[in-house]
Amino acid sequence: MIVELGHYALVLAVVSAFAQCAFPLWGAVVRDPALQSMARPSAVVTFILVVLSYGALTYAYVNSDFSVANVVMNSHSTKPLIYKISGVWSNHEGSMMLWVLILVFFAALVALRGGGMPERLLASVLSIQGAIALAFLIFIVLTSNPFLRLGDPPPDGQGLNPILADPGLAIHPPLLYLGYVGFSVAFAFAIGALIHGRIDAVWARVVRPWTLLAWIFLTLGIAMGSYWAYYELGWGGWWFWDPVENASLMPWLMGTALLHSTIVMEKRDALKVWTILLSILTFSLSLLGTFLVRSGVITSVHSFASDPGRGLFILGILIVFIGGGLLLFALRASALRQGGLFAPVSREGALVLNNLFLAASTVAVLVGTLYPLVLETFSGSKISVGAPYFNLTAVPLFVILVVLVPFGQSMSWKRGDLLGVMQRLLLAFGVAAVAALIIFGFTFGGPVMAPVGIGLGLWLIFGSATEIFTRIKPQRFDLRIMLSRAIGLPRSAWGTALAHAGLGLSVIGIAATAWGVEHISIAKPGEKIAVGPYVVMLESSFKRSGAGYREDGARFMISRDDQSLGAVETSKRVHAGREMPTTEAGIATFGLGQLYASLNEILPDGRVSIHLFWKPLVTLIWGGALVMAFGGALSLSDRRVRITAAERVTRSVAKNRGAPA
Amino acid sequence: MTRKQKRLSLIVAAGIVLAAAASLILYALNDRIVFFYTPSDVSKQAIGPNTRVRIGGLVDVGSVDKSALPIVRFAITDGESKLPVVYKGSLPDLFREGQGVVSEGVITQDHVLQADTVLAKHDENYMPKEVADALKAKGVWQGGAPK
Repeated sequence: MIVELGHYALVLAVVSAFAQCAFPLWGAVVRDPALQSMARPSAVVTFILVVLSYGALTYAYVNSDFSVANVVMNSHSTKPLIYKISGVWSNHEGSMMLWVLILVFFAALVALRGGGMPERLLASVLSIQGAIALAFLIFIVLTSNPFLRLGDPPPDGQGLNPILADPGLAIHPPLLYLGYVGFSVAFAFAIGALIHGRIDAVWARVVRPWTLLAWIFLTLGIAMGSYWAYYELGWGGWWFWDPVENASLMPWLMGTALLHSTIVMEKRDALKVWTILLSILTFSLSLLGTFLVRSGVITSVHSFASDPGRGLFILGILIVFIGGGLLLFALRASALRQGGLFAPVSREGALVLNNLFLAASTVAVLVGTLYPLVLETFSGSKISVGAPYFNLTAVPLFVILVVLVPFGQSMSWKRGDLLGVMQRLLLAFGVAAVAALIIFGFTFGGPVMAPVGIGLGLWLIFGSATEIFTRIKPQRFDLRIMLSRAIGLPRSAWGTALAHAGLGLSVIGIAATAWGVEHISIAKPGEKIAVGPYVVMLESSFKRSGAGYREDGARFMISRDDQSLGAVETSKRVHAGREMPTTEAGIATFGLGQLYASLNEILPDGRVSIHLFWKPLVTLIWGGALVMAFGGALSLSDRRVRITAAERVTRSVAKNRGAPA
Repeated sequence: MTRKQKRLSLIVAAGIVLAAAASLILYALNDRIVFFYTPSDVSKQAIGPNTRVRIGGLVDVGSVDKSALPIVRFAITDGESKLPVVYKGSLPDLFREGQGVVSEGVITQDHVLQADTVLAKHDENYMPKEVADALKAKGVWQGGAPK
């Protein structure tokens, strides 16, 4: 019964999303306030209906209702509750439900928060969000119905894919989707502005927090996914340039560009047309990512189902929204009033460079991701584009960007003083360069990229520190004044500095991978193997069974300079009802580095084939991403950036103009 | 600077960055991509030494030799031809005789794939898409669409 209600609510949501899309849009076109005013209630109703539907599906999972095909395929009555709840999005149908849930959640937030916005703009924005929701709801109802019943329910389910049976499943997809789908708000605002025909700094002020919010989630989602793949797949790598990873990286790069151009627009009323274009492109890349992952055109961990009908459907959605968005842009962009100009050497100019490099590296990733598909379609040749391509294209572009970041950060608006900026940054540059040289000396003969990369990361960190220091430095040195000024600095200033420093930390972590040590050994019990500065000794191999699985594993004692540092275990695990084993990597963290052990196999004679890695500073890669996200959150908490800020601004602007907005 | 000059300098900067990116991309697409072949493609056409290739097919039953661990030897077959592979590294969990596999490396002069990557995928029903297409074309494997 509940399942049928869920299905019914989903169908009703289609109707409600249609109402949310059609009437306000018509109202915006013919300037009918009554039709426009339908936008907010219908967005809320759509949200409630999708919540009911999603809740019903979760209910079926939690209660192990094996008359529902989707539950049978992806759950098992003995699964812990967390995997029953997160099992909902472990498959194609459920993850599309989550996608739409987040989409309508954002739309409802805009509806509830958008009090101060011009009614016509709000109506256009919500109707665009309604249109996206409508397209994906129809997609679910027609091709991916999660509520399909089975005539002959089996006694138990098939369980969750063991690779997915991990706390990572509970965190990674929701974070990633909050990021992906969060950019739909900026998209809807861009289209809304094009329909509305007016765009100004207030638009940027309204959109910026939404973009920032999506960016924070996407940063966390990507970092979480990377760490999950790192410990779960047992390959010891954290980024594979897999098309699906690229699918999340592209909106991140574009979204980062959007974040920065929105600041220019808000502060200086410039780059308007460009910002609109970026808003459209960022969400287009989110849609493209959804298409790549969901259509099955690319084989990967993430492509659960490759049903050509689904692929074509999503491709259709893609063409309508991306094509429609860009067409509208082409037709209407010239109607938008151009903003202020600025000297090339200025904060604005630096942010333009930032945007150029981010856009160029997005294009590099896009080409590398799509080229194999295009080539196969047109010539039949099958190719793979992997790390060598991306290391030669996206990486150098990104490195130049990183070199430029501290300059941009220290530049003043409108007209910058390059010489002054260089003088201020001289110390940061010197410290980073000297540190890189010292490290180079100590590791002479080792990879050169590591000290260079670490110097680069330090340059970002000290560049950020310099910017903060410059802003709090009094005429004469006085710690008290500095402290009070530091507290008085806007949170967004701290946020920027932290986010850039976090990027520096990630760069250092990535650079240090060049020092990584890895080798495969065949160890006898009691045999010692050196891995970097550590020595591991095979203590024993074991067989055991746990909740829903049995495993064969090996236990290693770790020591350094004859001092025991504990043990690490790695195993091959076979889950009940599944033939496929999974490798459980053993990871021991020492300082910022990790010792990573991955079992290959236990030989019949008791020897153990093991893949060992020492990865110095590796945790900085994800730690840096956390710091970046925290910097973003700090900016978001700045009262001038907060989502509610727009309301006050529009009101005050309206007051100043002496006319209702 | 006049308004015109400001705008011009922007356009020039954009042009330089985009041109640099485009040339990097074109160069890398020419030089850093890896073509996919089946073992019979390899026997039919000459593939230069030091050219990285991806070979897909089934792991030939009875060919896996682990006597020199960590070096593993096996052969990839598409029913028509076989290509011996030498690989030093960890085999993926789903590596099995008779199952689909994709391996990347360089073909040596004595016609052996010196592989540094062996991929099998994360699903029991999995057959790498390239492999499934290639095998279906040869009629070796009839299985349903990879799930």
